[in-house]
Amino acid sequence: MSFEIPIPQSGESQWPYELYQILKNEGISQFSYVPDAGHKVLINLSLSDPEVHSIPLTTEEEGVAMSVGAHLGGEKHVVLMQSSGVGNCINMLSLPRLGKFPFLALISMRGDFGEGNPWQMPMGKSIVPVLEACDVIYHKVEEPSDVLSTVTAAITMSFQCNESVFVLLSQKLLGAKKF
Amino acid sequence: MTNTTDFQLDRNEVLPQLIQEPDKFLIIAGLAGTARDIAHLCGVGSSNYYAMAGAMGGAVSIGLGLALAQPERRILVCTGDGELLMNIGALATVSVMKPANLGILCVDNGHYGETGNQQSHTGQCTNLATMAHGAGIPKVFSVSKEEDITVARNIIDESMETYFVHLKVNDGPPAKIKRSLDAQLTKSSFRKNLLGHP
Repeated sequence: MSFEIPIPQSGESQWPYELYQILKNEGISQFSYVPDAGHKVLINLSLSDPEVHSIPLTTEEEGVAMSVGAHLGGEKHVVLMQSSGVGNCINMLSLPRLGKFPFLALISMRGDFGEGNPWQMPMGKSIVPVLEACDVIYHKVEEPSDVLSTVTAAITMSFQCNESVFVLLSQKLLGAKKF
Repeated sequence: MTNTTDFQLDRNEVLPQLIQEPDKFLIIAGLAGTARDIAHLCGVGSSNYYAMAGAMGGAVSIGLGLALAQPERRILVCTGDGELLMNIGALATVSVMKPANLGILCVDNGHYGETGNQQSHTGQCTNLATMAHGAGIPKVFSVSKEEDITVARNIIDESMETYFVHLKVNDGPPAKIKRSLDAQLTKSSFRKNLLGHP
């Protein structure tokens, strides 16, 4: 591969850079997102990488439908979104669930551990029951040492078993924004 | 203000003129009317189209994911005004990416035909061609009379940039056709036809 992933700047976490490498190694070539601070490194890497498509969405459900289109065309897609965006995806998830399309989403949590903005709490508290009601697979990550193994497992379940899989990156991992 | 006299053309007559060689395209059809239009045009068992029967608002985005994955193929999204309005922001996303191989054909009858023919926003005041232009789609063309058809057909056949063709039709019914509602089966046959494996 010709694109070289840069080295983290001092004070930055290492795992988002390693995570990007894993996603690329697994053949994911479409990265879509509604921007969120928790996904800043992945978004910026995808934007600077000429070997992948980096797609800004207006709403997260576009990313669900795009994943389906990517699979129809033989490419792999990942959606990066904040937890509030999961609520925007509920009906569109019918498509990968019914059609048995692979769907992979990395979720930066809000409204969980240490949240200071009350507007984030309702959806933050609803996300797990919503995912369970949608009958999809989800795994929560709280420790940096668990990120890579969890995402690798999610990739396998999604793209080999045609499941919809969500990896929830907790604010314990990402750090809560100060308000 | 929308001119209601614009909604004159018959979809069953115009669509075969606009898409004369459906096999040249990979087609994503929105739910309801356009799913029937495209199944009728391509042949029910054909594997070059994927038609929805739910997940309203997803057609343009499915087409975008497919267009990025298959840059050598011409991708056509054919969807209705109601389906498009549900996720009109997808036109902005398409415009940022501008895949040269992606076109959108919106069959606008100004009504929600499947649910009792209630007037849609486009039947009252909303102009989807203006919205597509505002979203940043490079080429936008409206078809509301016979004389417009040849230009639109040429765009669909030959455009080398992302386009949006806004086809205004009357609220008569789409083709009567029994199509598969099995989303897995149609996925597998589409992929097998395109990629050689399900």
